Amino acid sequence: MSDLFKTLVEFGPDLWKATLDTLLMVSATMASALLIGTPLGVLLFTSRGAGLYPRPLLNRIVGYVVNVVRSFPFIILLVILIPFSRLVVGTSIGPKAAAVALSVAVIPFFARLVEQNLRDVPRGIIDMAQACGASKWATIFKVLIAEAMPALVGSLTVTATGFIAYSAVAGAVGAGGLGDLAIRYGYYRFETGVMVWCVVIMFVLVQGTQMAGAWLARKVDKR
Amino acid sequence: MIELSQVSKRFQTASGKSIDALLPTDLTIPSGQVFGLLGFSGAGKSTLLRLINRLEEPTGGSVRIDGQELVGLPDDALRQARRRVGMIFQQFNLLSHRSALHNVEFSLEVAGVARDERRSLARESLAAVGLSDREDAYPAQLSGGQRQRVAIARALATSPTILLCDEATSALDPHTALSILRLLQQLNRERGMTIVIVTHDIKVASYLCQHCVVLERGRVVDRIDMSNPQPQSLLGKFFFETAKGWTDQTVLPQEEP
Repeated sequence: MSDLFKTLVEFGPDLWKATLDTLLMVSATMASALLIGTPLGVLLFTSRGAGLYPRPLLNRIVGYVVNVVRSFPFIILLVILIPFSRLVVGTSIGPKAAAVALSVAVIPFFARLVEQNLRDVPRGIIDMAQACGASKWATIFKVLIAEAMPALVGSLTVTATGFIAYSAVAGAVGAGGLGDLAIRYGYYRFETGVMVWCVVIMFVLVQGTQMAGAWLARKVDKR
Repeated sequence: MIELSQVSKRFQTASGKSIDALLPTDLTIPSGQVFGLLGFSGAGKSTLLRLINRLEEPTGGSVRIDGQELVGLPDDALRQARRRVGMIFQQFNLLSHRSALHNVEFSLEVAGVARDERRSLARESLAAVGLSDREDAYPAQLSGGQRQRVAIARALATSPTILLCDEATSALDPHTALSILRLLQQLNRERGMTIVIVTHDIKVASYLCQHCVVLERGRVVDRIDMSNPQPQSLLGKFFFETAKGWTDQTVLPQEEP
């Protein structure tokens, strides 16, 4: 036990830096999910043949692209996106570069979740909005997204916790963050204590995200 | 006045077959009437109702409301026209994330009515359905009958001249259903509202409607004056027969519904 605390004192600054790096990666990833994944999910839902803006061809193309990106094992995605990361953030290593790869992975994933959440809004609610003379934009924002909000918050929580773990995988290619630290010290140098602390911090992050998600879901759910 | 002429609806199924939900139909519903569309499930009565505000796009024919042709109307104009036609549903279709008052406000909000005016119109509307004291309640906190009242208030808020009711009382117990029907009757009598109701329940039609049509497999098979009902079709006769209650002697129409 005292060994663990010694490790904490010794590696404290490293653990702190790694935690910040992980938080940076996850925040950037979730921002991408929200800002790009959400509209993409809305597009997937509304452009279906029976959707509000039926564009079957566009729907199929976007659907294929989403599936192609989702087919890549994440570790492969990390590697092939190296040139792209260099282009976007100017570097191919470190948390910023990993955030690019994580964003590419999260966007199609979250888009599919959003699409499914919108599908679960009862069809009759859309009929009602149309019968009231709502525009398509009003139907999307005030009805579809608003009614799906509890489910969307759930999807966001699942995505955030999942990508906290993914960000650790990115450590394998030198992304920085807790996963990186755990691999370099815990795995390569047999510093079990560092690995334990990394896992503990990851647990706190996951648990915190889960609790925040549950709190938010309760707040928006009036059903 | 609602005038449908040669209006029809054909659906394409996923397997490429086409189904005639409604064969070309003529129907005129005079202003101020309560008009019933009677039939079993799948007969085309809901399709017919939804063609009136173009929730379904007709395959052919014309739909006119107070002289205005709705078929081919561009999006904006259609949305304007829809505000003169309220609609309520079997499942109420309230927004679960909004309170009763904000649900009623929805129809005004999408019509671009300013906030203050919206609120006072919505309150008036809720008062008209007897729910002033529940304006802050969310749908989950209301009973079925109260939810349908909120839906009616929402439909009334834009002062439509026509109200479309799609099986509006089918999900309610008889006592609650009757109280909703009384409310609809009151709207018809006091505001001269034209009401079109879809139902499979002859009791609903008998209580409320001045005229009815009976639909079977996408076709109008009977037109009945409810003040002196003389059904001609087997199905029409069946409906009036069942009004007396079911017995072992009740003859089912040949076709399973």
